[in-house]
Amino acid sequence: MKHTLAVLVENRPGVLTRIAGLFSRRGYNIDSLAVGRTENPAISRMTIVVEGDDRVIEQVGKQLYKLIDVIKLTDITDEEYVDRELFLIKVNADPATRGEIMQIVDIFRARIVDIGKNSLIIEATGDEGKINAIESALRPFGIREVVRTGKIAMVRGPK
Amino acid sequence: MPVVTKNKKRGGLLGNLAAKENGQEMTGGEILVKALELEGVDMVFGYPGGAVLALYDAIFRAEKLQHILTRHEQGAVHAADAYARVTGRPGVVIATSGPGATNLVTGIANAYMDSVPLVAVTGQVALDMVGKDSFQEADITGITLPVTKYSYLVKDVKDIAGIVQEAFFLASTGRPGPVVIDLPKDIAAAKAEFFYPPQLNVPGYRIPKNGNSQQIKQAVRMLAEASRPVIVAGGGAVNAGASPELLELVEKLGIPVISTLMAKGVFPENHPLSLGMPGMHGTAYANYAISACDLLISIGMRFDDRVTGKVDTFAPKAKIIHVDIDAAEIGKNVRVDVPIVGDAKFVLQQLLQLVEVKDYSQWRDRVYRWRREFPLKYTQDCGSLKPQYVIEQIYHLTRGEAIITTDVGQHQMWAAQYCRCHYPRRFISSGGLGTMGFGLPAAVGAQVAKPDALVIDIAGDGSLQMMSQELATIRQYGLPVKIALINNQYLGMVRQWQELFFGRRYSHSDMAEGGPDFVKLADAYGIKGMRVTKSEEVRPALELAINTPEAFLIEFVVEREENVFPMVPAGGSLNKMLGR
Repeated sequence: MKHTLAVLVENRPGVLTRIAGLFSRRGYNIDSLAVGRTENPAISRMTIVVEGDDRVIEQVGKQLYKLIDVIKLTDITDEEYVDRELFLIKVNADPATRGEIMQIVDIFRARIVDIGKNSLIIEATGDEGKINAIESALRPFGIREVVRTGKIAMVRGPK
Repeated sequence: MPVVTKNKKRGGLLGNLAAKENGQEMTGGEILVKALELEGVDMVFGYPGGAVLALYDAIFRAEKLQHILTRHEQGAVHAADAYARVTGRPGVVIATSGPGATNLVTGIANAYMDSVPLVAVTGQVALDMVGKDSFQEADITGITLPVTKYSYLVKDVKDIAGIVQEAFFLASTGRPGPVVIDLPKDIAAAKAEFFYPPQLNVPGYRIPKNGNSQQIKQAVRMLAEASRPVIVAGGGAVNAGASPELLELVEKLGIPVISTLMAKGVFPENHPLSLGMPGMHGTAYANYAISACDLLISIGMRFDDRVTGKVDTFAPKAKIIHVDIDAAEIGKNVRVDVPIVGDAKFVLQQLLQLVEVKDYSQWRDRVYRWRREFPLKYTQDCGSLKPQYVIEQIYHLTRGEAIITTDVGQHQMWAAQYCRCHYPRRFISSGGLGTMGFGLPAAVGAQVAKPDALVIDIAGDGSLQMMSQELATIRQYGLPVKIALINNQYLGMVRQWQELFFGRRYSHSDMAEGGPDFVKLADAYGIKGMRVTKSEEVRPALELAINTPEAFLIEFVVEREENVFPMVPAGGSLNKMLGR
């Protein structure tokens, strides 16, 4: 099962290496990892999506928490939370297919951010399901390039 | 998983004490030396080189700090490691950049596996040369990342004192471990005002002390319900200084105690309730007790595969209480019924307040019967010298009071079996990493830590040849280390496995050809020595060595194909031992 971990870390050199190294050394699988600084520039927040059974996830949590640079760790999988991913996709688009693509873009409330001679770049945000749906809707036109940021997440409510 | 936030309070005692040094202008090297002295360090081990010249210049002029020059950086790091194991205070090692630093890697990994507090200071090329594949450049913080508790690349001379303070704090608290400080040569030469921060700021670090009281109560209930309990103590009990509490608990309850290799001496091995070591080469009665117990209380022990054998059949009838300062150890290798995260000393005190006396005499009698029926044994035939006999004699002569260091292999296991140990921090051996060559430099570190103690390195001929250059260090500093070399001219443990599991095909384990004359080798360094080939010569030779005020090497030429028994084959069940 996939788990979403929200991790606050000290913004020190090598912290990303330490976390990535821990995952590879202990044989855990990172599904995605997104990192950026928080309202406090000394602290960064990571959203890590990791795949594994309960025993593996328990170990991942403990091993992460053991890292000196990790300040706080929460498994938000079972909480009510908002999650988003930013997604850019470049698809083939000639004058004949452009209209159809624009309809798909509208349906998903995505945006066209660049038009080339035979291609379009589309930007979308949303949860994983939506992003996957856009990608498969656009696949028939021919995907040239995809880039995804990985999931970021925040627990709903005051806490 | 619940939200977990680490403790934010941090002590700053040393910082306040350092106020008088603050404000003086010093070089980076001088700042580092002063900071080490403020941390209470009076002894470092190391090896100079181009990138640490400014630091070594500061060491040359240091007021208190003394330095032991080894003959290889690996020797220095093992010596610092053993110094820490014997004293309980962090060992300090210094090496230059590039090859100097990479030569430390095995020793750092060794300290990491055995949870030894160690601070390794490495030189680095100048900051503007970092990342350019400069001469003698190695990314040592990167290389050591998986085997350090933490590491620093110093980027500003003003940070040095604070980094040293934090490094010692991290290395020596919680679950101890090695910390690397990588110091670029231009930073070591640059000048700044000394400033020792009054407060450490490590918000992501927490030091467990007491165990959760609910879990303590649960453990007490389980003890009251159990009829066949056993305690397995590990290195965490030594690190916590928990021997007195352990002894008190055990005597109050009358529960048998098993000590892992890392915990030898944490509970006196001449105590009737001591069952010795568990696991692959443990005693039969310790392994039977684990296999039959209905409650196993692990104190600072991490269920290493050499202890558990096949995990599925480890303590099959038992509920398990796991006390560990490192939460990540709990549930890592075996299923646990009651996890207690805490410092072994504190948790034992908590247990002592609550446990009630119960009669376990039937269980004790059963365990004692196993001990009578299946003792450690070897056959002493005439003609050949048995390694077990040599080690048994070392024990009898020293009454378990000497500091013993070992290398890794058969002799190490015989030492663990026959050289009983009654005090913590006196059996110094590479457990987790199993580093051949550890014993001789470890003896250097132990002797430097305890100049008046009797330090005996029980060495193997394969291992000794990996670190024999440290005989020069012993000679240079006049260290009265005794070396008991168990020479079977084989990589004995490799040969034993080849005999048992690879059809006696002794692939590259025979070292008879090319083996040196070890007595002459010692002589070349100005160290006295003698060769012993007969049983009746063992005791007089050991007496002579012990009574000699300086270093002494005895080469015991032993039966070549002796095996270490009992033995649980790798991945086997503890109650199925070969050669019991």
